[in-house]
Amino acid sequence: MISSKSKVSGTKIFRYVVCILLCILAIFPFYVLIINSTLPSNTIKQGIHMLPGTNFIANYKSLMLKSSMTSSVSLWRALFNSLIVTVPTTVLQVYFATLTAYGLTVYQFKGRDQAWAFIYAIMMIPTQVSIVGLIKVCDLTGMYGTYWPLIIPAMAAPTTVYFMKQYMASGLSVEIIEAARIDGSGEFQTFNTIALPLMKPAMATQAIFAFVASWNNLYTPSILLATERDLATMPMFIEGLKSNDKQRDYGEIYAGMFITVLPILVAYLLLSKYIVAGVALGGVKE
Amino acid sequence: MTTEFGFGNYANYVFAGNGEIWQAIFITIGLWLLNFIPQILLSLLLAAWFTDIHCKLKGQGAYKVIMYMPNIITAATIAVLFYSLFDVHGSMTAVLRALGLCGENGILLHGWWSFGIIAFIQFWMWYGNTMIVLIAGIMGINPALYEAGMVDGATARQMFFKITVPLLKPILQFTMVTSAIGGLQMYDIPQLFNEGSPVINIAGANVLSTRTVVMLIKSYINAGAGQNYGRAAAYSVVLFIITLVVSMIFYKLTAEKN
Repeated sequence: MISSKSKVSGTKIFRYVVCILLCILAIFPFYVLIINSTLPSNTIKQGIHMLPGTNFIANYKSLMLKSSMTSSVSLWRALFNSLIVTVPTTVLQVYFATLTAYGLTVYQFKGRDQAWAFIYAIMMIPTQVSIVGLIKVCDLTGMYGTYWPLIIPAMAAPTTVYFMKQYMASGLSVEIIEAARIDGSGEFQTFNTIALPLMKPAMATQAIFAFVASWNNLYTPSILLATERDLATMPMFIEGLKSNDKQRDYGEIYAGMFITVLPILVAYLLLSKYIVAGVALGGVKE
Repeated sequence: MTTEFGFGNYANYVFAGNGEIWQAIFITIGLWLLNFIPQILLSLLLAAWFTDIHCKLKGQGAYKVIMYMPNIITAATIAVLFYSLFDVHGSMTAVLRALGLCGENGILLHGWWSFGIIAFIQFWMWYGNTMIVLIAGIMGINPALYEAGMVDGATARQMFFKITVPLLKPILQFTMVTSAIGGLQMYDIPQLFNEGSPVINIAGANVLSTRTVVMLIKSYINAGAGQNYGRAAAYSVVLFIITLVVSMIFYKLTAEKN
């Protein structure tokens, strides 16, 4: 009995050690990022440092100076641009996905199953594959080099529809909708005032993921905004940070990365409970 | 753009030409396998540990939050961060050099090293996500099955392989397909490591070790002398067909279950 108990505690210690090492592995690169953002470039080149320096302001100033001298987008402008794209994208994506899922759940109509199968199939086609077509559409409509082709397609978000539909299957009772109809509520009004509030928890989760996906997106903006330097988003700024000059000033690069990472880290720590729960929900689909 | 229609783009660039699309497919699938196999194994192991009732670990919430963290950070930032660490003058390169593990030029110009680092970053970004999904899956398995197993005197290992893994199959398949489709579109991280053309020698051919299919497509979309929408579109269709085949295999597998 005693030996089996000590075996369990041995196993336990081993598991704790592995988990802690993995946590260190997850944090370490970000720790180095933060430390390096406070060091001058020459110190960074010498190796890994564990203690912060005092060079952050100087790094930041030289980063700002460089972006004002070259024609590249400035850090704050890029963050602002990302916000301009991401907020409407998130709102439209979540609202229209909920609306679509509602239509597929509440109404019985001919071709409903086919419509659902079609949406399900589209889920498997990533943007990367259809980009050449999107460029052509943007050319024809004069939307190339604007934010519209980044924002409008968000309305059709099959993965979000999928999630909302799963959620409605258990979280939305048709009786409430019927009751609202009897009370003389219009169909659209019923959706906005009765169904939407019931879907709030699921919508919040999906909003977080929609926001993150749009905020972090590099591929589509870097193609559709290639000609518009002033419209560049934050990930495009990061890409430029790396390739801007051959004489890399590491202090500047790390300072730039630090400022772009900080808001995400803070938001993550505040919302981590919901995010982790959302990831778990996303997986348990069948 | 011309309005001519034909299969010339396929004949010229996919089935003939320099074969760059096949090399890029090879690299893309290789990068995916090298990150997915260790990822699913580690995630499964951690998920088994976190749901083990005989050996309850404290602080699971914190482990999940920390291990998932890299997944939410902008991939472009993570790529530039790792690139800056392993660059010729990077902090990690200085450490490796001091240990005598690399020469003056660092490791990123070396084909296998750059390939390995990209796969590692993908693994590091995604195992937390996969782990959380698998834990949720295991929690959804009827506890009565484990109780029955315990009454029959099954060991933890036996219960894991005879109860957990078979019942987790749909979720494992879901994870695999979403990961494969995502992996086929890999862009941000290899794109930012694509400097100095590191190559891997495969069967006598020098294959660019950091160029994925989507990067190849984008190189023909970028403005300049090399711009060729037809070629980019033909490669896109090839990528689409591969994606389709992967998802159809997945549907076949899940259909068998029902």
